[in-house]
Amino acid sequence: MTDPVGADVDALLEGVRAATVSMDDFRITPDTLRHQAGVARAHANGQLGENFERAAELVDVPDDEVLALYELLRPRRATAEELEEAAASLEARGAVRNAAFVREAAAVYARRGLLRTR
Amino acid sequence: MSEQPRLGRFRFMDQQRVNLDGFAVEDAALGLVAFAAPDDPEPSLVVRDGRVVELDGRAEADFDVVDEFVARHGIDLDVADEAMATPDLALARMLVDPGVPRAEVVRLCAGTTPAKLARVLTLLRPAELTIAMTKMRARRTPSNQAHVTNRSDDPLLLAADAATAAAFGFREIETTVPVAGDAPSNAVAVSVGAAVGSPGVLVQCSVEEATELALGMRGLVSYAETVSLYGTEQIFVDGDDTPWSKAFLTSAYASRGVKMRVTSGGGAEALMGGAEGRSMFYLEARCVALARAIGAQGVQNGGIDSASVAGAVPRGVRSLMAENLMVMARGLEACTGNDALMSESDVRRTSRTMPIFLAGTDFVCSGFGSIQRYDNMFGPSQWNAEDVDDYLVMQRDWGVDGGLRTAEHDDVARLRQRAVEAVQAVYRHLGLADLDDVWAAQAVDAAGSKDVPAADLMAPLTASRMITETGLTMVDVVAALDVCGFDEEARRLLRLLRARVAGDYLQTAAIFDEDFEVLSLVTDPNDYAGPGTGYEPTPARQAQIDAVRQQRSVADLRAEQAHGASDRLRVVGPAAAGSDPRDVVIGVSPAVGRAIWTTLSGLAVVDVLDELLAGLEEEGCRGRIVRVNDTIDLGLVGLTAARLAGSGIGIGLQAKGTALIHRRDLSPLANLELYSVAPTVDGPLYRLLGSNAGRHAKGATPEPARNPYSDEAIEARYHTKVVSLVAIERTCSGTTPPEELELV
Repeated sequence: MTDPVGADVDALLEGVRAATVSMDDFRITPDTLRHQAGVARAHANGQLGENFERAAELVDVPDDEVLALYELLRPRRATAEELEEAAASLEARGAVRNAAFVREAAAVYARRGLLRTR
Repeated sequence: MSEQPRLGRFRFMDQQRVNLDGFAVEDAALGLVAFAAPDDPEPSLVVRDGRVVELDGRAEADFDVVDEFVARHGIDLDVADEAMATPDLALARMLVDPGVPRAEVVRLCAGTTPAKLARVLTLLRPAELTIAMTKMRARRTPSNQAHVTNRSDDPLLLAADAATAAAFGFREIETTVPVAGDAPSNAVAVSVGAAVGSPGVLVQCSVEEATELALGMRGLVSYAETVSLYGTEQIFVDGDDTPWSKAFLTSAYASRGVKMRVTSGGGAEALMGGAEGRSMFYLEARCVALARAIGAQGVQNGGIDSASVAGAVPRGVRSLMAENLMVMARGLEACTGNDALMSESDVRRTSRTMPIFLAGTDFVCSGFGSIQRYDNMFGPSQWNAEDVDDYLVMQRDWGVDGGLRTAEHDDVARLRQRAVEAVQAVYRHLGLADLDDVWAAQAVDAAGSKDVPAADLMAPLTASRMITETGLTMVDVVAALDVCGFDEEARRLLRLLRARVAGDYLQTAAIFDEDFEVLSLVTDPNDYAGPGTGYEPTPARQAQIDAVRQQRSVADLRAEQAHGASDRLRVVGPAAAGSDPRDVVIGVSPAVGRAIWTTLSGLAVVDVLDELLAGLEEEGCRGRIVRVNDTIDLGLVGLTAARLAGSGIGIGLQAKGTALIHRRDLSPLANLELYSVAPTVDGPLYRLLGSNAGRHAKGATPEPARNPYSDEAIEARYHTKVVSLVAIERTCSGTTPPEELELV
């Protein structure tokens, strides 16, 4: 099953019965999110568009890693080095917006005392 | 303090429920001020080389995390100069002016700083807030959200109550847990129940941020809301988050195709002792700017858990509504509070909701407690199970779509039964729990969890552990439903999963209608531009709003009356004039013995006649019954009776129970005694009426009869019935001369 959007519900249900459909088949794609980003911008919300662009980069990041990144961005969870490591890792996978976002956080956290100090 | 004893008038006033509420003297230092604290900053925005270097009086070097995030992401610099240069009053008027399109206001507001927008909205009076809200909400079609929870996380009751909420029209359902570990079970039970109740209802489970995201990733919930924002750095960090972590969370939801909105609300910082001397509204303005900055599509605000803090200060309730409008002004979905109960007073909580209800919002309540107050694990809501009928009637009174619809008893019974069976089957099939039939039957019938003693409190926890350990997803739930014969519900949940892939419901203010069409800012934009424009319920929707289940037609009343028909009254023949001085005639209206058999007080008309006759007999008089067919006017009925009576005294009795005593020489509208409040006239009073008529006939002194009074809304209860009963009387009247009846 590759295109659940176009697939008719009965066909999807057949897939569920045959165990050929799983949660993985209900993942939004980066392209769809970029399309939705365009829709958001066209409706005067550039920030929502930017969120969808960041989300597009996260589609292929595994659930556990997404949860771990969230944890890392919470107050005093990470050192500057750990955040830079995370940013570099995101960048290496083409998640450039998220990488820049993490670096921006790291700079602000340093200034506001929100890094883990040891 | 005066040593005088307290006046009875004040002792009485003190006892009223509104005086259980807390009212605080304004105290800016503690943040106990709704609008415009002395320390709220002057609006300012300085941009250098495309970079914000000063925001609302604070230089870049001193930005806290909220300033910094808003400065970097929240303000549309293309319009900032224009927006900040627009006078506050001009912008305030644009919000209200139907000639200025919503989109134009949103465009300009995107360039305002938090302090600027706060000042603008502070200028709007309540009625202006209502008009502005009517115009500024994102989605054209209003909607509503329900809380569905219970004290024991009982999955069967959750399912039955979710189905019920969906049947009453709620398009989003929020659940949560008293026991954290129960979250996965609750998410499954509510999702299944909601799918039974109606197609396309979105479901969330409010728990700790990371847990909630994990539930979303596994498809066990279809949206998220409890991503909290705060207006100060200290409170934000106390909440164990930063704007960056929250923004990342926002993207994480979108990356899984799951709708989300954030939560904030005036008074939260004051409640946590960290308002930094700022007003509630200014701090909330920072939250709303931040919500836009992080790219959330919507905000739940309007006090929320701190609504009663705002409610305690002057103009606090007004500020709650202004917060909601601010969300709309920033172009976001507004889920407009009216959830946490902010008063013990029914009058006051209605007053708090009313203008928002009239304007209509994306979700009028961000949690209408559709369940019992004691079962609401968010705490009692502003509106609760006992208020569903009130809310439906308010919709009908004002012709307003508040998102709810009437549900018929038998439909709800069927849906609750099916929801309970579906969860029973799914839990059994997936090996999560064996929920027995005694429990199931109690859950179907229950008004709340106190009615389900058979519930096993350990079952949800065990089921949740299984769900977590086996990595169960919504696809497994769909498969189980399908195998167990709930293929329609399986399809509905499958369509919700499929919607994630298309992503259309990630857009602002998206909900699904029952055909799974997305209604959002994109597909259903609010186009209000003054009278005759904007949202108007379709005729079908209007019919839903109008047709509360309590409404009665004349035909309904006629059928109800027919149930009480008696064969004791028979027509003897044409009525003749009497000559016996003890002859008193009881004139009855045309519907007596034909169509109306029960009076408004619930007495059988024949029993009333028995009492009247007995009263006459006590005075040694002889009563006759004559039906006056050519008028429904009680005065004329009584006068006609008096003229036929040998004594010259007549009793007039309408079928609905109103009665009087008349004398042959009086004008029709004059009478000797009138028993006008039919719903309160009981058997003994009719007997007294009969005996007083006898005393009038004999020239003796009648005993004064007092119409009983009560503080009930007698007119509200009976006036509509009276209109119908009079209509029935009219259909029974004709040209037939008076007829003598006998009571056998």
